[in-house]
Amino acid sequence: MRDPGRGLRILLLPALPLLLVATWWLTTADSTNFFWPPLERILRTFDETWFTGRFTADVLPSLARLLAGYLVAVALGVGLGTAIGSSRTLRALVEPVLEFFRAIPAPVLVPILMLFAGIGNEMKVLVIVSGCVWPVLLNTVEGVRALDEVLRDTARCYRLRPRSRLVHLVLRGAGPQIAAGARQALSIGIILMVISEMFAASNGVGFTIIQFQRGFAIPQMWTGIIMLGLIGVVLSMIFRVVESRVLSWYTGLRASQRTKG
Amino acid sequence: MTTTPIGAAARPEAPTALLDVRDLRKVYGGGSRSVEAVRNLTFSIAPGELVCIVGPSGAGKTTLLRCVAGLLDTTSGEVVLEGEKVTGPPRGMAVVFQEYGRSLFPWMTVRQNVELPLKEKKVPKAERRRLVEQALEAVGLADVHNAHPWQLSGGMQQRVAIARAVAYEPRILLMDEPFAAVDAQTRADLEDLVRTLWRRLGVTVLFVTHDIDESVYLGQRVIVLSNSPTVVLEEVAVDLPDDRDQLTTRSLPRFAELRAHVYELIQRAKRGDRPVG
Amino acid sequence: MTVRERDESRHRPLPGWLLGLIGLAGFVAILELVPRAGLVDERFLPPFGAMLSALAEQARTAEFWQALLETLRGWAIGLSIAMAAGVVLGILIGGIPLLRAATTSTIEFLRPIPSVALIPLAVLLFGTDMRSTLLLVVYAAFWQVLVQVLYGVQDVDPVARETARSYRFGPLTQVRTVIWPTALPYVMTGFRLGAAVALILEITGELIIGSPGLGRRIAVAQTSGAVASMYALVIVVGLVGVAVNVIARAGERRSLRWHPSIRTEVP
Repeated sequence: MRDPGRGLRILLLPALPLLLVATWWLTTADSTNFFWPPLERILRTFDETWFTGRFTADVLPSLARLLAGYLVAVALGVGLGTAIGSSRTLRALVEPVLEFFRAIPAPVLVPILMLFAGIGNEMKVLVIVSGCVWPVLLNTVEGVRALDEVLRDTARCYRLRPRSRLVHLVLRGAGPQIAAGARQALSIGIILMVISEMFAASNGVGFTIIQFQRGFAIPQMWTGIIMLGLIGVVLSMIFRVVESRVLSWYTGLRASQRTKG
Repeated sequence: MTTTPIGAAARPEAPTALLDVRDLRKVYGGGSRSVEAVRNLTFSIAPGELVCIVGPSGAGKTTLLRCVAGLLDTTSGEVVLEGEKVTGPPRGMAVVFQEYGRSLFPWMTVRQNVELPLKEKKVPKAERRRLVEQALEAVGLADVHNAHPWQLSGGMQQRVAIARAVAYEPRILLMDEPFAAVDAQTRADLEDLVRTLWRRLGVTVLFVTHDIDESVYLGQRVIVLSNSPTVVLEEVAVDLPDDRDQLTTRSLPRFAELRAHVYELIQRAKRGDRPVG
Repeated sequence: MTVRERDESRHRPLPGWLLGLIGLAGFVAILELVPRAGLVDERFLPPFGAMLSALAEQARTAEFWQALLETLRGWAIGLSIAMAAGVVLGILIGGIPLLRAATTSTIEFLRPIPSVALIPLAVLLFGTDMRSTLLLVVYAAFWQVLVQVLYGVQDVDPVARETARSYRFGPLTQVRTVIWPTALPYVMTGFRLGAAVALILEITGELIIGSPGLGRRIAVAQTSGAVASMYALVIVVGLVGVAVNVIARAGERRSLRWHPSIRTEVP
């Protein structure tokens, strides 16, 4: 195979990002276009836009709401998913309803939840919960259902108590699936964090960016887009670190199956 | 010795039996699409015995074992372990499954796998450590405590499963074709391991297999099953010396006779022969 | 556990579809009864009957059908562009090892950038035109397709690829005979994931930006206090979502049926 060597690959890793940034930099360097200000100017504006109070006033509240909603959604999704996944009858009963709820694009819940919870923090957290819960829930159901039959029998033979069964068998066994759901939920959560603030808010990243756009503060708006991008990238990196810690056994198992098979 | 007739073994008296299977019947499904897997099985096992169950493939061996283990309900008849009717997995029973790769918790290390059932039994910590170490030592895995099961070969994984069963200190050990999926050499080693552990610990073993040689080599008694719907075709006493090893035991004329006899029974079972009466 | 298994073997359980229907009926009944019983304010959650009559009313207007059409059109166009771009770029990047090594980190970096970050830019560029929403749809669905196609190309049997090369197949023939058949199931998975994401972003764009479609009608219903109509529209959006999922899943299964990996089962 003509696969490039390891050394070359490490060299290549940052090549494209650098190239893209350089292209952006050069093509906009002399830009007088109102919508596409020079990257240099955007970056110079970045610091004063975000680190002179807005970080604590807007970014942190956004992240706090995201975190609260996300954690509640994961807990709820895993709890309900485990219950539904463990009972065939319950599963058949709720499956069509779940299928419907999953198919509703989460952002349309914003206007509905505004009716109940106004436009405060509760609404935004609720929106995030009600959007993030579905991927976690459905993946947990699948994960619990797909638990290995022999492993279940083993747990029964050694008379594992319900609590240990849940901790050592069900949740660990469904772990990879739950993580897949949680990863989907995270990107939905970020979207909903922004949407709920764009729709109605008095602070937050989404709110600020829309303010910039409405006020035609174009360089600032661009810094906002970059800020959101960074939030997405950093959160997904944190998620990966946590995931690789918790599921190291799964990565190892998969790798060993691949070499044996 | 060659003059000893081959025939029905002296069944242990009922009161001394550790495990009693009486008129066991299992029908899968309901209504018109039901399948009768096991028709009528009656046998018993005395404390400290090593009994092999052998039958043609599809003879409902696994169904029988799952009923005995309390993993499956019987349609009628009963399984009695130490005077108590089995309705769910009973105390003091350990099972080693054929699918070694799937019966160990892949997210736990070898040590954790062996230790978990002991924790459930609320064995004190120091005792737990002793049992785990002893068991792993006994199966020849003293140095892989912290490995994950999937890092080990198939034979070693099955050793871990056996260690887990042994550390649990069961009064009866069920083994469901445990060596069907390992290679021939590993298999011989594991067979000897089972014999050694059985003799050392005095545990009662019910060993299900489809391998005729294995059943004769391992068992004190071989219960031959008919094809499905299953009944007991014959019980064969294995009057080989207790000290067995792969080379000398398997080359004994008596071994060959017993093997031939069980082989014939299996052939009859495949043709659909049923015991008379 | 034992108890449940015993129950299921003794008397036959109700079939799954019937239980599902019962579940749906129960859900509808709750929607009807909770507001009627006064547990929730009817101004926030009208009874299901009121939602249905609002829906019937909507269905008599041309605007509703127009909006539905616009939503579906935006979704379909966006998804098509994302599919085409994702498949072509995916095969190109995946097929050339040097390119793959160079782009892996960038793709992993760009993918988590939330598509909604582009909303202000889209509004500035296109206003409330449908193209605003289209930009979001294409961006979001593109990553789903691209990543799946990359998985698919990576899955190609190296021996098959070597064989193709040793017979001096041209690049296009290699793609047609070796890469495409292996990657097809992954492409279909990308299609399924992309289709769902595209619908989410289509509705989001309409809702936030105000480009034409069902999402905008929901926003209008909300601001004018037509709560029952808003719920009716949300139900419609949900049903569209169910339809998209069902069709995409059926397409995925269909493409797998004649896939070479299934051939081994045929004697």
